[in-house]
Order: sequence, then structure tokens, then C-alpha cells
Amino acid sequence: METRDVLGEGLARMLKGGVIMDVVSPEQAVVAEQAGACAVMALERVPADIRAQGGVARMSDPGLIREIMAAVSIPVMAKCRIGHFVEARILEAVGVDYIDESEVLTPADEAHHIDKRSFRVPFVCGCRDLGEALRRVAEGAAMIRTKGEAGTGDVSEAVRHARLVQGAIRKLCAMAEDEVAAYAKELRAPLDLVWKTRQLGRLPVVHFAAGGIATPADAALMMHLGMDGVFVGSGIFKSADPQARARAIVQAVTHFADFEKLAEISAGLGEAMSGVAVQQLADAARLAQRGW
Amino acid sequence: MRIGVLALQGGFAEHAAALARLGIAHRQVRVPKDLEGLCGLIIPGGESTSLGILAAAGGLVEPLRSFAATRPVWGVCAGLVFLARDPGRHQTTLGVMDIQVARNAYGRQRESFQAEVQVADLGAFPGVFIRAPRLVAWGKTVLPLAWRGDEVVGVRQGMIWATAFHPELTADTRLHALWAQQCR
Repeated sequence: METRDVLGEGLARMLKGGVIMDVVSPEQAVVAEQAGACAVMALERVPADIRAQGGVARMSDPGLIREIMAAVSIPVMAKCRIGHFVEARILEAVGVDYIDESEVLTPADEAHHIDKRSFRVPFVCGCRDLGEALRRVAEGAAMIRTKGEAGTGDVSEAVRHARLVQGAIRKLCAMAEDEVAAYAKELRAPLDLVWKTRQLGRLPVVHFAAGGIATPADAALMMHLGMDGVFVGSGIFKSADPQARARAIVQAVTHFADFEKLAEISAGLGEAMSGVAVQQLADAARLAQRGW
Repeated sequence: MRIGVLALQGGFAEHAAALARLGIAHRQVRVPKDLEGLCGLIIPGGESTSLGILAAAGGLVEPLRSFAATRPVWGVCAGLVFLARDPGRHQTTLGVMDIQVARNAYGRQRESFQAEVQVADLGAFPGVFIRAPRLVAWGKTVLPLAWRGDEVVGVRQGMIWATAFHPELTADTRLHALWAQQCR
């Protein structure tokens, strides 16, 4: 294995069982760290605000990202637009620990994702199904997350994407060996990665849930669906009591199989983010459809 | 014989897999009663602040200290920080190992690296350092266990071991086997 893969996939392994929180200021980053977040995503606007305000969403101000990096000891991630390799190079120069090539920002290239293999900093990318996940891994992603539907507080799309990936892996593991190549073609995924997935019985890289997670129960649900950890975007700082909710979601990911404990953790958190049901979104407002 | 792997957050599955390759039974530890009957405990890499917060919230700090007083414990990377008497900043640690550490002392992720290390009794060993902590100082009861050149990157204090690098991210299980010899 190449050094960049060992180190990038290795860092993702150290994030497992943890919660990565969207923050828009150094103060929020400190709240996240003190709640037990294993990393933060530095942003100018959380997805719910990007959705509400519209316009073109771009990489955040490197000055803000640096302030957030200085405020906490945990890893700091930042987002670049799909295909915008110069934004990615800037984030690498800033020294972020992980880059999210994200559909939450307005795509810069309708046809091409970034060739991530030449970067020293590792990338996480979103997916809706197994083929999309493996195409991103082939491009050099060291970590995968579900796309879900960011900024909605509706977990249903993250559930759909997690089930599609896990279901496809179960199917892949059960089929006859001479059916694997045809399945790889159907998935539009590289054959070697499809074989590797079959041998491991899971994605070859760490797989987090993202997009619409708003409660401790949502986070635990995603863990039961086989995810390695969760991203929480708007769900924390758009809720009534971000500190309490952040702490509770961190506990819920660790104790996802202990329902007595989840009952305790879920009590007295105040209002969750109000959100919007994915079913009521127009097609153009669905961020998960960006990328291929 | 059953060894525990602290499963609050981080790379616990990788240690479980290494133990499985050695034919050693393990149990994930999330609450105090999970420690019952274990003959040793691995504290995996992850984020040491997360480990401290989750351990404190779950009432695990005192049970882990008592456990470490009588049985072998091995902390890796964030686990090393979590064992330290002085983690270099204000955060919850067990404080059972007389070491002073500097977190993320090599830099951020782009400064993470692989390098060969020398381990006592084993010789050359693959070293994977990810946002690794550095050992700054240690007390008289603490002995060096691993080196990268002249720099100490692993230590032991009686049955408590700590390494700044990640053997569980390699195919090499010799260090797991060596540490587990103390568990009975």
C-alpha cells in the first residue's frame, strides 16, 4: 500500500466510532471539541443556511479555517467544490487534515471529480450507492460518507444511501464468482475494487453517515446500518441547545446498541432543528444528485 | 484468557483483528462492567479528547485506573496520551503513567509519516505515525521500549506500555504478541 493511502485511510480509522461536526466559528469548534467530537468541518455556512440563502456556495475563507484550526486540537476538515482541484490545493496549503469534495457546495465541474491521488492530504467523498463509492475510492478518496440530504434534518436519504451500499455489498458477497465482473460493469466500478470489497465484506475504506442526522437516535440508527461513525452538519448548531445535543450525539454513537442508555441520552435536549422533509423538496433543491 | 479493547471511539476494530489473528479472544469495553474478568486492556488510537470525555461521562475513569494498577494495559497514540500523567493541556486522562507528552507534536495530517522503528526484543518494526504525540519527559520508573533513531517513541512502566505509532495498521502482530505475553 502506498504511504498516502496508509496515512489517509489510517486517520479515517482513528475517527471511527466518532462524530464529526460542522462549525462556522472558532467558538463553535470549541463547543464541538468539548462535547467529544473526533473532528470538525470548518465552514462559512452550514448546509441548512446554504439551502435557505441559495446562490453559489464555495470553499470557505482560508482565514476562518485557520482560526478554527488554531482553536482546537482535534482534526479539522474543510469542503471544496466537486472538481475544483485548485480549491483543494488551497486547502492543502492551509494545512487542513481532511478535504471533503462535497456536493453541498455548488459543483465546479459537471463531468470530472478531482484526481485525489496526487494530494498529500486525504479526501472524503459522498456516495449514494456502491458504484459511486468505489468510483470515488478509485480516484483516491481515503474515506466515504453517505450523501444523505444535507441541511434538511431528515435522515431518510442517508438511510436510503447506507442501505443501498450495504445491500449491494451483501449481494456481491453472495453471488457466484463468475458473476462478479458483470456486476462490476452494472455498478460502473473498477473490477479490482469490486473484488476487494467482496473479500472484505465491506467498503475498503472507512464509511461514515452524513446528511440529515439531527438526533441521538438518528446517529445510533446509522451505526446499526453498518456505518463507522457520523457527520452532523446543521443538526447541532441549528438546535435549541447545541452543547447538550452535541454531547448526546457523541454518546449515542458509542453506545448505539444500548437502548436504556439511548433513552437516558435522548432526554431533555430541547428542540431539534425544525428542518424540511426531503419528499417536499423540488428536484433542483436536492444536493445529493450532484456528482456521479 | 480474554483481552479487552476500549471501544469508546477510534481504531478498536483494528486491534481486535490483530488479536484475532493471534488466536486471542477479546471483548469490546464501553461500560465499567465490560472490564470484569479481563486479563489485559488495549486503549486504541482515536482522539484523546473524545476518549476522555466519553470515559468521564460513562463513569469509566476510576474503574480504568484500578484496572491499570493490577493488569497489563497498552495505549496506542491517543491511548498513550490518555494514559499520561501530563498530556500537555487541560483534558481528562487516566494519569497512570509517569510521562509528559506533546500532542500532535509532529504537525498536522500532512506531516504524518511512516518510518522504521526499533522495538526492544523485536528489532526493526514498521512505524505508522498519524498526527502522533511526542514523548517529552518520563519518570524513573518508565523505561524506553521503542526508538525512531535516537528518539523514544514507545515506553513501558511495569505492565503499562505506550506507543506513539500504530502496529494495528500494519500486518505485523509481533508487538501485540509480545505485550499479550504479560496477560494471564
